[in-house]
Amino acid sequence: MSLHSPSHRMSCRLAGLLRGRSAVIGIPYLWLLVFFAAPFLIVLNYSLSEMGAVRPDNLMVAGDGMLRLALKYGNYLTLFSDDLYFTAYVSSLKFAAITTAVCLVVGYPFAYFMARARASLQPALLMGVMLPFWTSFLLRVYAWKGLLDEGGWVSQLLIATRLDGLLVALGMIDTAGKFMNTPFSLVIGMAYSYLPFMILPLYANLAKLDLRLLEAAADLGATRFKAFWLITVPLSRAGIVAGAMLVFIPCIGEYVIPELLGGPRTLMIGKVLWDEFFSNNDWPMASSVAVVLVLLIVVPLAIFSKVQAEAREQAR
Amino acid sequence: MSAFLAIEDVVKDFGATRAVNQINLDIGKGEIFALLGSSGCGKTTLLRMLAGFEVPTSGRITLGGVDLRAMEPYSRPINMMFQSYALFPHLTVWENIAFGLKREGLPRAEIAQRVDDMLKLVQLGKYAQRKPHQLSGGQQQRVALARSLAKRPQLLLLDEPLGALDKKLREETQVELVKIISDVGVTCVMVTHDQEEAMTMASRIAVMSEGRILQVGPPAEVYETPATRFVADFIGNVNLMDGVLSVDEADHCVIDCADCQHHVGHGITGTRGMALSVALRPEKITLSREAPADLFNRMVGTVKALSYFGSFTVYQLALASGATLKVNMNNTRRNRSDEIVVGDRVWAHWSSDAHVVLTQ
Repeated sequence: MSLHSPSHRMSCRLAGLLRGRSAVIGIPYLWLLVFFAAPFLIVLNYSLSEMGAVRPDNLMVAGDGMLRLALKYGNYLTLFSDDLYFTAYVSSLKFAAITTAVCLVVGYPFAYFMARARASLQPALLMGVMLPFWTSFLLRVYAWKGLLDEGGWVSQLLIATRLDGLLVALGMIDTAGKFMNTPFSLVIGMAYSYLPFMILPLYANLAKLDLRLLEAAADLGATRFKAFWLITVPLSRAGIVAGAMLVFIPCIGEYVIPELLGGPRTLMIGKVLWDEFFSNNDWPMASSVAVVLVLLIVVPLAIFSKVQAEAREQAR
Repeated sequence: MSAFLAIEDVVKDFGATRAVNQINLDIGKGEIFALLGSSGCGKTTLLRMLAGFEVPTSGRITLGGVDLRAMEPYSRPINMMFQSYALFPHLTVWENIAFGLKREGLPRAEIAQRVDDMLKLVQLGKYAQRKPHQLSGGQQQRVALARSLAKRPQLLLLDEPLGALDKKLREETQVELVKIISDVGVTCVMVTHDQEEAMTMASRIAVMSEGRILQVGPPAEVYETPATRFVADFIGNVNLMDGVLSVDEADHCVIDCADCQHHVGHGITGTRGMALSVALRPEKITLSREAPADLFNRMVGTVKALSYFGSFTVYQLALASGATLKVNMNNTRRNRSDEIVVGDRVWAHWSSDAHVVLTQ
C-alpha cells in the first residue's frame, strides 16, 4: 500500500481528529483534576487525621521499615455524635429545600410566560432576568436588610397586608412585625439570589415545548389546566430538575446570605465550616464537615444526571 | 346528500391577509372528504377552524345541526390526527390512546376495553407499553389514528395523514387507513397537498387555491373534467393549449390551436372566435410513426426527451409552434423493435372525447 493511498490519508485525518477531540475534552478534565480532585483528596486526607501540635498528621505513617495507612475516623464519629453538626446539616437541607420550592413556585410561571411571550419581547425579558448580575451580589443581599428591617418597604407592606401573622403561623418569623434575622429573611435572600438559576433552565426547556402537543391534548378533551398539568409539567421535568439542582446545591453550602440575613434559628453548615476553620482552627474537623457536605451534594447530583440521561433518551 | 358538516360563508383573516375566503361546503355523513391544495392555500386554516384552534372571522360551521362556534376545542365531538402525529412523548402507546377517554371520566374498565379495541383495530397490541420514540413512523401513524378514534368522534380530521411516511409505506397505509376509517364509519375531513393521496383516499375532493375552493367533486370527476385551467394543471399532468372556437354545433365543435385543429365530440355554449383552452391528459394520447387518417386531433413533432418510468414512458414532443406536448405510453410489450427514441419524428393522435374545453 502506498503512503498516499486514500485509506492512509483517511486514517491520518482520523488520528488528527481524535487528537483534537481528546485535547478539547482533556484540558477541562485536567483542570478539574488539578483544581478539584487533588484538593478534595487533600481535604479528605485532613479529615482522616487528627489535630497535631503544629500541623495535622499525615495519612501515611512510616515506621519499622514499613508504610502504614493511618485512618482516623474520629472526626466523623464526632460529626454524628455531636448534635450541632447534625442540626446544621438538617437545617441546611431544609432551608435549601424551602428556597428551591420558593424559586420553583415563583420561577415556573415566569419562565412559562417568558417562553410564550412574543418572540420580539423575549430577549428583553431574558435581559431582565440577568440584570441583577450586573450589580454586586453582596450589595443586593445587603439591600434586603433595609427592605426587611423595621420601617423597610417590604416589612411595611407585609404588615399592611397582615401577612406577618401567616409567617408567624408558618414558623418563618418569631414575632409579628419582625422580619430580619429569621428563617423568613434567610429564605427571601436565598430565593432572590438564586431565582435566575431556576428561571433560565426552565425557560430553555419550556421554549422547546412543541405547542402542537397542547393542541392535541385540547383536541382530546383536556382543559387548559389539565393540558398544562399532564403535558407541559411532565415534559419540563428535565428543566425543573436542572433548575432545582442549580438552586439547591449552592444553597446547602451557602455562607454569606445566612451570615447577613440569617439569625439564631438559621444555623447552616457553611457557618459551622467557617467556624471550624477560622475560629477553632480545627482543620481536620472542618475537613470532615466539608467531605460530608460534598457527599450530601453528590447524591442529588447523581439523581440529576440520571434524569437528564432519561430526558435525552426520550428526546431521541 | 344531506349535509352533516355544513360550512357556510366562512372567512378567516390573519391581520390583513385573508387565509380563507368565503368557503361553502356541505359534507355528508360517512364521507371521506379531502381538502387539496398547495401550501398556503388555506386548507390547514379551514381544518383548524373545524377543530376549534382558530375562530372564523365570519361565517358559520355546524356539525349535525349544532353550531360549533361557541364550543372550545376540548368540548367538540371532533378529533384530529395531527401532522407528524403530536404523540405525547412521555406517555406509552396505551396511555396516549387512553388520554382522551380519561378526560371523559369513563370508568376504568371501559377505558381499558376501548383502548384494547383500538390497539386491535390498528394492530399494535404488542406495542402497548412502548413509548412513541420506540416505534417506526408507520406505527406512530397508527397510534395517532387510534388516539383520534378512541373517543368515537363524530368527525375525524386528518392533517397530512401520510406526509411523514416514505413513498412505499404511504401507498400501503393509504389503503389501510381508508379501510379502518370506513369500518369505523366516521365522517372524515383530510387536508393534503398530495393529489395522489387525495385521489386514492377521498370520496370527494375540494381543490383549494388562495383561500377559495375552485372545484368540488369525486376524484374521477375532478381529474377528467377539471373546471378551470388551474385545476387541470394542479391535478395530474396536462397539456394546456390555447385556441379559438371555429365551429360550434350541437354534437361537436372545432377549436383551432397553433399546432392542430381539435375536434371535440360535444357542443359548447360559446360564440365563434372566442378564446378557449383545451386540456389534454398525456395518457389520452397515442404515438405512431405514420400519419393518422383523421385530419383533426393530430400533431406531428420531434421527440426531444423521454423519461422511462418502468410501467410507462413519458415522451416530450417538440412541436412546430415551439410548444411541447407530453405523451404517456404504457409499456405493454418488451423489446420493441420499432421503439421510439429521441430525435424521431412521430405523430400524436387522440380521440374526440379526450379533451376538456376550458373557458376559465
